[in-house]
Amino acid sequence: MVERRPGLTLLSHLVLVLGVLIVAFPVYVTLVASTQTSEEIVNQVPMSLAPGDSMLETYRVALTGGQTSYGGRVPSVGPMMWVSLVMAMVIPIGKIVISLLSAFAVVYFRFPFRGLVFWMIFITLMLPVEVRIFPTYQVISDLQMLNTYAGLTVPLIASATATFLFRQFFLTVPDELVEAARIDGAGPMRFFRDVLLPLSGTTIAALFVIQFIYGWNQYLWPLLVTTDESMYPVVMGIKRMFAGGDAANEWNVIMATAMLAMLPPALVVVLMQKWFVKGLVETEK
Amino acid sequence: MAGVSLRNVLKSYGELQVIHGVSMEIADGEFIVILGPSGCGKSTLLRMVAGLEEISGGEIAIGGRVVNELEPKDRDIAMVFQNYALYPHMSVYDNMAYGLRIKGLSKEEIDKRVQAAAAILELAKLLDRRPRALSGGQRQRVAMGRAIVREPQVFLFDEPLSNLDAKLRVQMRGELQALHRRLGTTSLFVTHDQVEAMTLAQRMIVMNAGRAEQIGAPLEVYARPATTFVASFIGSPPMNLIPKDGKLLGVRPEHMEPCAASEAMLTIDVDLIEPLGADIIVYGHVGSGESARVAARLPADASARPGQLPLRFVQKNTHWFDPATGMRLEP
Repeated sequence: MVERRPGLTLLSHLVLVLGVLIVAFPVYVTLVASTQTSEEIVNQVPMSLAPGDSMLETYRVALTGGQTSYGGRVPSVGPMMWVSLVMAMVIPIGKIVISLLSAFAVVYFRFPFRGLVFWMIFITLMLPVEVRIFPTYQVISDLQMLNTYAGLTVPLIASATATFLFRQFFLTVPDELVEAARIDGAGPMRFFRDVLLPLSGTTIAALFVIQFIYGWNQYLWPLLVTTDESMYPVVMGIKRMFAGGDAANEWNVIMATAMLAMLPPALVVVLMQKWFVKGLVETEK
Repeated sequence: MAGVSLRNVLKSYGELQVIHGVSMEIADGEFIVILGPSGCGKSTLLRMVAGLEEISGGEIAIGGRVVNELEPKDRDIAMVFQNYALYPHMSVYDNMAYGLRIKGLSKEEIDKRVQAAAAILELAKLLDRRPRALSGGQRQRVAMGRAIVREPQVFLFDEPLSNLDAKLRVQMRGELQALHRRLGTTSLFVTHDQVEAMTLAQRMIVMNAGRAEQIGAPLEVYARPATTFVASFIGSPPMNLIPKDGKLLGVRPEHMEPCAASEAMLTIDVDLIEPLGADIIVYGHVGSGESARVAARLPADASARPGQLPLRFVQKNTHWFDPATGMRLEP
């Protein structure tokens, strides 16, 4: 819409600024709270929106755990971040590898029941983790995979969405390219490695970003399969910091933990933004 | 280098037969054009030679070796596709070198071949570029380069010029001819463009509905079309086919000559005049009752106007066809 109307321009800017504020304000509050001491947050109602001066101390406590200035004890965030990172790396990489290969099989090979296989994959799109969570839990439990990295990641790796995405992409690759590769003497796996994989680069990048965040933000599944504190991802860690009953919440440490938990997904998005957008809007052909 | 033999080649998809037995012996170093309208099976025939389509019946031999069961890479052929089919993520150099690397040639040998092909095709300055950064004509040359470096026994071209604009097409046609003179490699070239066929071919196959209607040198095919299909497919405007004495009389438009009404062998009722500069083409009906359309190519200085136009032609320029079978009738 290209129209020169000052009123409209003003309105659209207002809406955008409002949108930014709605998104950014809570993040700002979190950041500010993490720089103050617990006493400052609790004693001043509403809390001050000016940054405090105990930022380094708060983050040190959050990262290493231990005694807080307020007297409570908090667990260290470091190991939880590690668990989250493992989940956020293994899930996307596993998903991408499996989806690429299955999409490759479905698109480029003629085998019996190919259509059936594809539709079976496609139908599982309708079954998110939450729907099959109890049977999946039973399986993981029977396989002695509770409280392991495998238990945390493997059930989340299979992905119809990614398979479907790659299938659609492969279908747009011209047949002549396949034929040219055949004449050049490239076997199926060679074609996959030398031609399809490089062409899928941007799609892979986009998928990685989305799935990294998906893996990082997992809450329900880790809640079920982990009982050992050392296997808690950071999202669960935040929840656990809310003290039950009469005990006071260490708001500054909780907020610092939240900031730390937000950091890696934000970094991944920022660093991979260029490829991410490219992968969603265009294909290099 | 080698010749190619097609022996009663058949192709069918299930019940549907699309190639009805094509046979031809192609000599070593010949440039053969397969010409026909879209859907006539010409590309299918080429792809069967390439090994991209299975051969349903008959035999194809390259250099005396039957290749029916061989993979494309083992047939010692190279193919140039209509949309070039360059690998978009590889540089021009890598596009040409890819097949050679798979073959396991040494780095020096690959470099030697690629540089040589690049020199022939004037691609030397573009070797680092991606296909995206090339013009249509340059991409076409890269596609040819990829074929040349393989040093195959047979080149297969699948309408390689049809994605180019008219001017470039003429230029590439010239380059193709020069290339063939230089390399002398047996070539099969598929096209629907009769001008390409006439100018490039040493011999051509005119195909229609999965059958080879005629095989021969371009001028021979032009001068003695074997069927009414060939007569009306080659030449622009096509040969006039006029029903006469239960047969079909064929006369090319350029063999028609205006004359005095008393000498007329044919009088047409002109209703369309197309001055082309070099000559004028007039179209009209024969007589009043009959519906046969006739075109005549007149010299540029002829005065053409709508109405009756008497025409004559000489006997040696007439062709006779059987109206039922469409076959040529020898006098």
